[in-house]
Amino acid sequence: MEQKKVLPFNGTQEQAEKLAKVIAEHKGQPGAAIPVLHEAQDIYGYLPIEVQTMVAEGLDIPLSEIYGIATFYARFTLNPKGKYQISVCLGTACYVKGSNLILEKVKEVLGIDVGECTPDGKFSIDATRCIGACGLAPVMTINDDVYGRMTVDEVEDVLKKY
Amino acid sequence: MKSFAEIENIRKENNSRLTLENDNSTIRVVVGMATCGIAAGAGPVLDALKSETSKRNLSNVVVSQTGCIGACRLEPIVEVYEKGKEKVTYIHMTPEKALKVVEEHLEKGNVVKDYVLPETIKEDGTVQDMAKTAFFKKQFRIALRNCGIIDPENIDEYIAFDGYKALEKVLTSMSREEVVETVKASGLRGRGGAGFSTGMKWMFTANAEGDKKYVCCNADEGDPGAFMDRSVLEGDPHSVIEAMAIAAYAVGADEGYIYIRAEYPIAVQRLKIAINQAKEYGLLGKNIMGTDFSFDLDLRLGAGAFVCGEETALLNSIEGKRGEPRPRPPFPAVKGLWQKPTLLNNVETYANIPVIINKGADWFSAIGTEKSKGTKVFALGGKINNTGLVEIPMGTTLREIVEEIGGGIPNGKKFKAAQTGGPSGGCIPASKIDVPIDYDSLIAIGSMMGSGGLIVMDEDNCMVDIAKFFLDFTVDESCGKCSPCRIGTKRLYEILEKITGGKGTEEDIEKLQTLANAIKTSALCGLGQTAPNPVLSTINNFMDEYVAHVKEKRCPAGVCKSLMKYVIVADKCKGCSLCSKKCPVGAISGEIKSPFVIDSEKCIKCGVCMDTCKFGAIEKR
Repeated sequence: MEQKKVLPFNGTQEQAEKLAKVIAEHKGQPGAAIPVLHEAQDIYGYLPIEVQTMVAEGLDIPLSEIYGIATFYARFTLNPKGKYQISVCLGTACYVKGSNLILEKVKEVLGIDVGECTPDGKFSIDATRCIGACGLAPVMTINDDVYGRMTVDEVEDVLKKY
Repeated sequence: MKSFAEIENIRKENNSRLTLENDNSTIRVVVGMATCGIAAGAGPVLDALKSETSKRNLSNVVVSQTGCIGACRLEPIVEVYEKGKEKVTYIHMTPEKALKVVEEHLEKGNVVKDYVLPETIKEDGTVQDMAKTAFFKKQFRIALRNCGIIDPENIDEYIAFDGYKALEKVLTSMSREEVVETVKASGLRGRGGAGFSTGMKWMFTANAEGDKKYVCCNADEGDPGAFMDRSVLEGDPHSVIEAMAIAAYAVGADEGYIYIRAEYPIAVQRLKIAINQAKEYGLLGKNIMGTDFSFDLDLRLGAGAFVCGEETALLNSIEGKRGEPRPRPPFPAVKGLWQKPTLLNNVETYANIPVIINKGADWFSAIGTEKSKGTKVFALGGKINNTGLVEIPMGTTLREIVEEIGGGIPNGKKFKAAQTGGPSGGCIPASKIDVPIDYDSLIAIGSMMGSGGLIVMDEDNCMVDIAKFFLDFTVDESCGKCSPCRIGTKRLYEILEKITGGKGTEEDIEKLQTLANAIKTSALCGLGQTAPNPVLSTINNFMDEYVAHVKEKRCPAGVCKSLMKYVIVADKCKGCSLCSKKCPVGAISGEIKSPFVIDSEKCIKCGVCMDTCKFGAIEKR
């Protein structure tokens, strides 16, 4: 995988304790790796190698296997996300209504590519597959805010709100 | 823990409460709170209705949430039920509008016609039920029977409309074999896409040898543009839970999992609530309702891998592994989750089960066509007026869906194609718009039922570009285990890129076909075997567009940028020179007051000239 701009890992003691608790709850359960990685990502925001190592050691699963899972599933990310995570839906319904043009505009305005984070850590862009709000196509989300029926001209105004 | 007698009491009480049976004073107000509704702003509308009714002491008004009403384009939707009156549907609601509805309608009894769905206002000015409008008239709701009617977070409301009655029926009066026979006789086929007989699947799992069996639900709805399963889970989670308990009884399982996408947080939340409520009532867990049947149910969250919709990949994912498919046979019915016999059905398939048990196989099999029984839910999207969720009897024609239920194409454009089956399906061209929608008819014309995404395209959509879009998706989602899919889809994509980039040759179209057929026959799982379908079906139905791309280097829909040309229409050009001043590469030249021309060699197709021209003299060709 291509290496993106990587920020140094700075997890806190509190986060480590939270993760240890999650691992203890799931240890020994069949199929625990994915639920634990979900929770680990909720705690840290992403899954750097340091976090994967903690999960691997805690669950007694080889790190190679954990890494294999973390890189297989699109929802797990090895790179940190911005404070505001922008997702532009590229599901079919949005695509036929021109969401690719919305994505291009967001990339142009922020100067970063999909999967990257702005240097100040404020914004990151993802292209997602169908968030299920096809009735509102084309759709863009910023954290939990949903912007439906977007037009290219509205992109800059929306981003200015953050 | 409750008994069946207590459940029956809850049913009677809540049915009478919800249908306002003997109640002339209560006004029931529901707000559509599924993902679409919430995204459109239903939350603040619900809050406004609740606070304003309590502020005004309207103790006869009951405000509650409900799931997806189906008409996504009209969200947020508020509906008002009163005994002896037609249901009133308010659309595009805001908190401000809600306040006015409380004052005028709920307090004074005057419908606020300005906010009502216009189609429900009759010529004489009275308001009629939305069910009588074109969007609903041809629909027939089995899987969606409770969506948009009950509060999905309240088990009593599910029980009110025959909920858990089917479970009672099988546990108290049917043998396992009778349940399997009923499902077989109903003719129900899997709603996840492939359309395998559900009853056969149940029979294979029931007959499989094993001390331990599992029942699983595939809620990993990955087809981009499809949201049927999400709506069922958000609007009526108990229908799936009840069906899984029935299935577990029939096949002899005592444990089950619902594998659901993490991208559906509201559905996950409502399922969790529903499972807990069912456990509290003793409808899940040990010795259900005092019988010797036990069934435990848990959730597993997907992590964004389309291939996990494939049954064996899904099972690997539940086991905590990479979601790579396994070779079949052995089929999951024999060796599934942790190598034990496992029954796996899709959400919509399960949602049909309680109704089949309650009303009987004959009732169900009377709906639909000879080989496709019952109904199918479609997520209607793309270039269509009434985007939303529709459930139609099998055999309804595409024309009825697009023109009547869907209300036609916006902006007076022409219908070009409908895409069904997502990345595994194909396009149905305008010439085949009268095809009846059922499993076999769709396969016969090179598409497939799929899970229910139905995306409408108009003349502005380029079919080569659409094929490329789907291949981009499968290249991304191919798990990489088998080479026909991993390498083959990538090569397909590259050829399509070449064609849309204006460098294609006629030979490339042949290459596409050969390669597509090779992948179809050699890939390991359903994802790879169906991945070439979008290419093959667009070639079969829109060969002229492919030819235009490779021979004339022209994109008829004007989508493929490399093939586009900006031209100045001489008749309309006033020679003002504005465009030539704005052109960033100096590609436009001419003399003032006579028509200008664009040098297509220099042109970078940025479109600035077109935006600048005040006379509409610049066209994309």
